[in-house]
Amino acid sequence: MNAKPRLNIGAVRSSFAPWADPSAKPLVRFDQVTKRFGGETAVDAVSLDIYEGEFFALLGPSGCGKSTLMRMLAGFETPDLGRITLGGEDLAGRPPHLRPVNMMFQSYALFPHLTVAQNVAFGLRQQKKPKDEIATRVDEMLALVRLEGLAHRKPDQLSGGQKQRVALARAIAPKPRMLLLDEPLGALDRKLREETQFELMALQQRLGMTFLIVTHDQEEAMITADRIAVMRAGQLAQIGRPAEVYEAPNSRYVADFIGDVNLFEAKVIEDDGDIIRLVSPEAPEGLEAIEDDEIAIGSTAWLAVRPEKMRVHLDPPPPGPNRLEGTVADIGYLGDWTTYLVELPGGRTIRAARANASRVVDRPVDWDDKVWLTFAPDSAVVLTR
Amino acid sequence: MSVTGAPRPRRPWKGLGRPRGQPSSEARAAYAPFLWLAVFFLVPFLLVAKLSLSDVVLAIPPYAPRLDWSQGLGGVIAFVRALDFDAYARMGQDGLYLAAYLSSLKFAAVATVILLLVGYPLAYGMARCRPSVRQALLMAVILPFWTSFLIRVYAWIAILKPAGLLNMALAQIGLPPVDILNTDTAVYIGLVYAYLPFMVLPLYAVLERQEAGLLEAAADLGCTPLQSFWRVTFPLSIPGVMAGALLCFIPMVGEFVIPDLLGGSGTLMLGKTIWTEFFSNRDWPAASAVAIVLLATLVIPILLFQRQQTKMMEQR
Repeated sequence: MNAKPRLNIGAVRSSFAPWADPSAKPLVRFDQVTKRFGGETAVDAVSLDIYEGEFFALLGPSGCGKSTLMRMLAGFETPDLGRITLGGEDLAGRPPHLRPVNMMFQSYALFPHLTVAQNVAFGLRQQKKPKDEIATRVDEMLALVRLEGLAHRKPDQLSGGQKQRVALARAIAPKPRMLLLDEPLGALDRKLREETQFELMALQQRLGMTFLIVTHDQEEAMITADRIAVMRAGQLAQIGRPAEVYEAPNSRYVADFIGDVNLFEAKVIEDDGDIIRLVSPEAPEGLEAIEDDEIAIGSTAWLAVRPEKMRVHLDPPPPGPNRLEGTVADIGYLGDWTTYLVELPGGRTIRAARANASRVVDRPVDWDDKVWLTFAPDSAVVLTR
Repeated sequence: MSVTGAPRPRRPWKGLGRPRGQPSSEARAAYAPFLWLAVFFLVPFLLVAKLSLSDVVLAIPPYAPRLDWSQGLGGVIAFVRALDFDAYARMGQDGLYLAAYLSSLKFAAVATVILLLVGYPLAYGMARCRPSVRQALLMAVILPFWTSFLIRVYAWIAILKPAGLLNMALAQIGLPPVDILNTDTAVYIGLVYAYLPFMVLPLYAVLERQEAGLLEAAADLGCTPLQSFWRVTFPLSIPGVMAGALLCFIPMVGEFVIPDLLGGSGTLMLGKTIWTEFFSNRDWPAASAVAIVLLATLVIPILLFQRQQTKMMEQR
C-alpha cells in the first residue's frame, strides 16, 4: 500500500525504500505461507518480502499469527503450505540450527547455568570459532549492550533490563543474516522500554543487520520499524511505513488498531474528484474529506479522524461541514496531552486530543462545557472496509 | 535429610501485623522437624553409639555395662568408665569387615551408575510427554511402592530361579538357560529394580522444570538436538543427578533384604554382616560398631553432596 500522492507523509529514513525498487531482491520472502494448528488457521496464505538492512515489524493482537510467522522463519514451526526463502534459498526442511537467523526470545531463554559471557559465547562456540576470536567478539558484544562489568554474573543475578541486553547480545554475536525479536521489550517497565526502543533502532542502524520484530505494542513498532505489517486473524491487513499505516490506514481495523480513531459511518453523496462529501446522522452539517480514490456515490463509507486532528472550540466556529457540537463528558489530563471526550447530542462520544503546548491557558475547557469540534478535510480518511 | 534443600525464601512481610514478642506460627512450626529428628533419629543413634562402646557378655540383653540408676551419680561414672572401643578394635583386626565395606561400596557404586543409565532416559522421556501422559507415567513409577517391598523381591526370585519365568521364556525362544539367582548379578538386578523410583523422581523433577525455550534457544544458536542435550539439558539436570545418586547410593550401601534374598553365600554386603553379628553371633557391640563406622563413612559424601547442592541451588 503506497501513500496516496496528495498526502505527503514524512518517514524516518525516507531515502531507504528497497521495497519500492522493483529490481531489489528481498532477503526473506514468505510466499503464500499457511500454517494450521488443528482446525485453526494461524497463518493464512501470507506473502511478504523483507529486504536487507530493513527493520521490519509484525504487529497485531495476540493470536493473530505474527509469532507463528516468525517461528516458521526460525524453523521452530513448519509451514503447511507455501515456502519461505532466505537469500533466494528455500528453507524447507532445514532445522533451526542450520538456519542463519538468530532469535531473541520473549522469555529471553538465557542459560541459567552459564555466565553472561558464556551465554553470549554460546553461538560462537557452536560455530567452532577459535578461542581468542570468541573472547574478542564477546567483549565487543558486551560493550555494545553496555554490560562490560557483568561478564561473570549468572543470569539470575541480573535485572530484567540487563537480561534483555544479554539476550540481545547473545543473538547478535554469531552475526546472523537476520535477527528475530519476539516481543523483545514486553517484560520491561515503561520508561526502560521507551529508552530501549530507541537503542534497538540505533543498534540496527549501526550494525546494518536486518531485524524482524514481533510485537503487539503499536508504539514499539512505530518507533523502531522501517515498515510495519499489521496482521489480523492470520492475514496481513496492511504493510507500510509507520506514518503510512497511521495516516493512511486501508481499513477500519488498521485505523482502530494503530492509535485512537473516531469513525463516522456515512453515505457518500458527492465526489468531485478531489473532495468527497458524505452525510451521517452524527454530523448534521455534513462531512468532507480529501480522497483520490473513486468511491461510488450512495455507498456506505467510514470517515476516520484521529483525536489529535480534532480541534476543540469554546466559541462556535462558522457553520459548515466537519463541524460537530457537543458537551465535554470527560477530560483526561496526561501532562503532555489532554484528551477530551465530547458527547454529541445523539449520545455518541468523540475523542479529541490537544497537545499542552503552553503551561497556562486563558480559557480552559471544563467538564460539561458546550464545545464545537472541527477538522480539516485532509485530516480525515475515507475507509470503505 | 533434605537433599534438594533450597534455602528458605525470606519473607519479611510475613508477620507484619503480628503482635510483638509472640512467636509466629511459622516459627513454632519450624521446631517440629527438630523434635521429630531428635525422637526418631538422634535418640536411636545415641543408643546404637552407646551399644558400640559396650562389651559382649552372656546375658539378656547380651552386652555390658548397663546403666544402673539406683547408684546415682556414682553409677553413671562407673557406667561411662566401663565403655571402651573394643568392638572397633576387633573390626580393625578382622579383614572380613574391611572386605565387606569395600564390597558394599562397590555394589552401591556400580548399581548407582546403572541406575543413572536406566533412570535418566526414563525421566527424560517422562518429562517430554504431554502433561496427561506424564501423570500416568509418574503414577506407574510410584505405584509399586504401594505393594510390599518384600513381595516384590520375592517376585524376582520367581523370575530368576532356575525354573523361573526368565528361563522359561529363554527356553521358548531356544536359548540356553541362565543361572542368575544367588549371584551378584541378581543383587544388581534387585538393587536397580528397587531403587529406580528414587533415581527417576529427582531427575524427573529437574528435567520437567526446565524451560522448553532453552532448547529452542540452543537450537537457534546452532546446536543439534544431541549438542543441546549435552550443553544445556544435562548440565542443568546435575542437581537431580546428584540427588538421585545420593538417594540411591547411601541406602544401597547398607542394603540387607536384596543381597540376603537374591545374593549368594559369596555376596558380601554390610547389611548382611550386621545381621549376622546381631542375630547369629549375638555380638551386639560389633554390629553396632559396624553400623556406626558405616554411618561415619557415609556422612562425608552426604555433606559434600549437600554442600554442592546448596551451591548449585544458590546459583540457579
